[in-house]
Amino acid sequence: MAIQKHNTPMLDQLEAGPWPSFISGIKRLRDQHPDPRINETINDMLGQLEHSYETRKGYWKGGTVSVFGYGGGIIPRFSEVSKAFPKSKEFHTVRVQPPAGNHYSTAMLRQLGDTWEKYGSGLVTFHGQTGNIMFIGVDTPSTQHFFDEINSYGWDLGGAGPCVRTAMSCVGAARCEMSCTNELKLHRLLVNNFTDDVHRPALPYKFKFKVSGCGNDCQNAIERADFAVLGTWRDDMKVDQAEVKAYVADKGRQYYIDNVVTRCPTQALALNDDDTLAVNNRNCVRCMHCLNVMPKALHPGDDKGVTVLIGGKRTLKIGDLMGTVLVPFKKLETEEDYEEIVELAGNIIDFWAENGLEHERCGEMIERIGLANFLEGLGIDPEPNMLSHPRQSSYIRMDGWDEAAEAWFERQAEAGK
Amino acid sequence: MADMREPIESGCPDPWQYMHPTMRKNFGQWKYHEHPRPGVLRHVAYSGDEIWTVKAGTQRILDVFTLRKLCDIGDQFADGFIHFTLRSNIEYMVNDGAKVEPLIKALEDAGFIVGGTQNSVAMISHTQGWLHCDIPGTDASGVVKSMMDELIDEFRNANMPNRVHITTSCCQINCGGQGDIAINIQHTKPPKINHDLVANVCERPSVVARCPVAAIRPAMVNGRPSLEVDERKCICCGACYPPCPPMQINDAEHSKLAIWVGGNHSNARGKPTFQKLVAAGIPNNPPRWPEATAIVKRILKAYKEGARDWERVNEWIERIGWPRFFEEVELPFTKYHIDTWRGARASFNSSNYIRF
Repeated sequence: MAIQKHNTPMLDQLEAGPWPSFISGIKRLRDQHPDPRINETINDMLGQLEHSYETRKGYWKGGTVSVFGYGGGIIPRFSEVSKAFPKSKEFHTVRVQPPAGNHYSTAMLRQLGDTWEKYGSGLVTFHGQTGNIMFIGVDTPSTQHFFDEINSYGWDLGGAGPCVRTAMSCVGAARCEMSCTNELKLHRLLVNNFTDDVHRPALPYKFKFKVSGCGNDCQNAIERADFAVLGTWRDDMKVDQAEVKAYVADKGRQYYIDNVVTRCPTQALALNDDDTLAVNNRNCVRCMHCLNVMPKALHPGDDKGVTVLIGGKRTLKIGDLMGTVLVPFKKLETEEDYEEIVELAGNIIDFWAENGLEHERCGEMIERIGLANFLEGLGIDPEPNMLSHPRQSSYIRMDGWDEAAEAWFERQAEAGK
Repeated sequence: MADMREPIESGCPDPWQYMHPTMRKNFGQWKYHEHPRPGVLRHVAYSGDEIWTVKAGTQRILDVFTLRKLCDIGDQFADGFIHFTLRSNIEYMVNDGAKVEPLIKALEDAGFIVGGTQNSVAMISHTQGWLHCDIPGTDASGVVKSMMDELIDEFRNANMPNRVHITTSCCQINCGGQGDIAINIQHTKPPKINHDLVANVCERPSVVARCPVAAIRPAMVNGRPSLEVDERKCICCGACYPPCPPMQINDAEHSKLAIWVGGNHSNARGKPTFQKLVAAGIPNNPPRWPEATAIVKRILKAYKEGARDWERVNEWIERIGWPRFFEEVELPFTKYHIDTWRGARASFNSSNYIRF
């Protein structure tokens, strides 16, 4: 029986133009998919979407849908206008964790697609803004069946609600010469040590891990992650002077000075008279600019590790927060090194779970209680890399100054400085 | 419950099994990369191996037919492996430069757009909108489709001073993220409350707690427990709407679009920055949102003409100054551009630095 197609004059206008049209794709599911269930569901979903375009309002509401054994991972969507569009009255999204670094074989993508069209709408996004594969549009009973099938061949739900969320990492060492760490390994170790906190939302609010292999921070980790890890190095950057000379010869000295030397944020670079590059490594902050400009000539050093920043998030409730440096440098070589960073994450989550208010992100809690108290709570010693500059306000009680100063010198002595 | 299956809590899958063999072989051993043409990267490993990446934009919300078409192209031209970028572009990898042109042709013949590398306008990262979100003020997918239709040449080429990341978000939570240019819903009126529903639908104390300016308080309205909003204090953020849907924040007329610029995730040349408001009151005008696109194009044009090589939007504006930015993009400067949030004072000019 042919379906009665909703008119979609506004959505139809999104089929014009050269960029691929999501509306055309959605219509293919309505018009060409062999399964009448999908044709009907998509038809009503399109009808509701057109209604939204006409009235400039959304008509999906949340609710409670989960799979057996889990408390989160499904974004429930019930239509407020299901009388007019009954076939898409339940249109939940299933959040599924992608492989670290977002690598796929076509065979696996086909398998996921086959399972999805058996139970769901046939619409999928790689990936949502939290990093999940978004399987968009499935009714309540089929949610369980879909999950059971993909879970049986290696896929698990991501986070939704006040929990540890799906993590993200850049392509990193798999294809990038700037990579300073094994992003994929760290991504999986971090998030997979907290699967219970991913699947059973019981934290004050969301908690995100993001791993970028260098200061270019392609994962926006400092801006967006509660626990941001960026690759870096602490020995000298590698300079291939022959390649530097070749670059200067190609681009000219003026261009080189304007685009490399003077763009260094800490004035750590100079052009020598013989067109080689002088680097003041002690003052280099590993910002990545000169490496980006000359990827053939400049490379990270060999003594690689990571910097950890805590508390990044977008605007609500107290305004945007960038992450704050908590660990300036940590080697990640041995299994013990990795265990230590996972332990740090666990300690932070535990501390925040105990001290955070409802709906308060980790960074907001740090803002409320103060960075010094947060450090004390975690047993982490303060150090100047955590700040842009020391305090400006004189209003603080300083009874413990002498002990704190002594402790600093002891730590310096221990570190052999 | 007897037939309920226990989940396997496998978490994040191991990507090793899905990684192109040349990438597996040279993991952590890449030496440098080149940009032979827009949409293509050539990475060279210390072993001498090469991997060529072809990047393409898609409609992001994929139907299974499109997904299979992308897989067909991967099987036929790219060894059966795919990588997705943070901005939902698809990337195919081949280890022979001769395979690049046929792959590009296959993608373009199928309607996908090759580009998005280096100093291009990258694919707009966006949120779910009316298609699926429970609190959306607009439809990000539609905004993005309309805008990318107009910006397609800047995606296909790499003629910008540096890369440009654009994002869109359907509410002020800004799930689309920070961007060199961000197009976000901006509510301009307090929520409209359906007092008949509040008592049954909303957990009132947690809604009160959710308000960042303490403008919500419990109240009896028409003999029923409800909530009321002090409209002089309300900052129209919409934070009360997700936990309490009867506090409708979206408004067909008064929910507008606003444009923010200068968000930059990278540490290169300077510390990461957040985006700043430049334009507001832009009509939320489906299905093509022409007013928002026109302003974005003005900003891009001024940036393209005025910025130096490698300057991101924030760095360009910092160099030329905000007064000249507003002049160049022909946008009004108003009292609404002056920040009122915690830390606002840090954004005031406390110097004699004035450009004439």
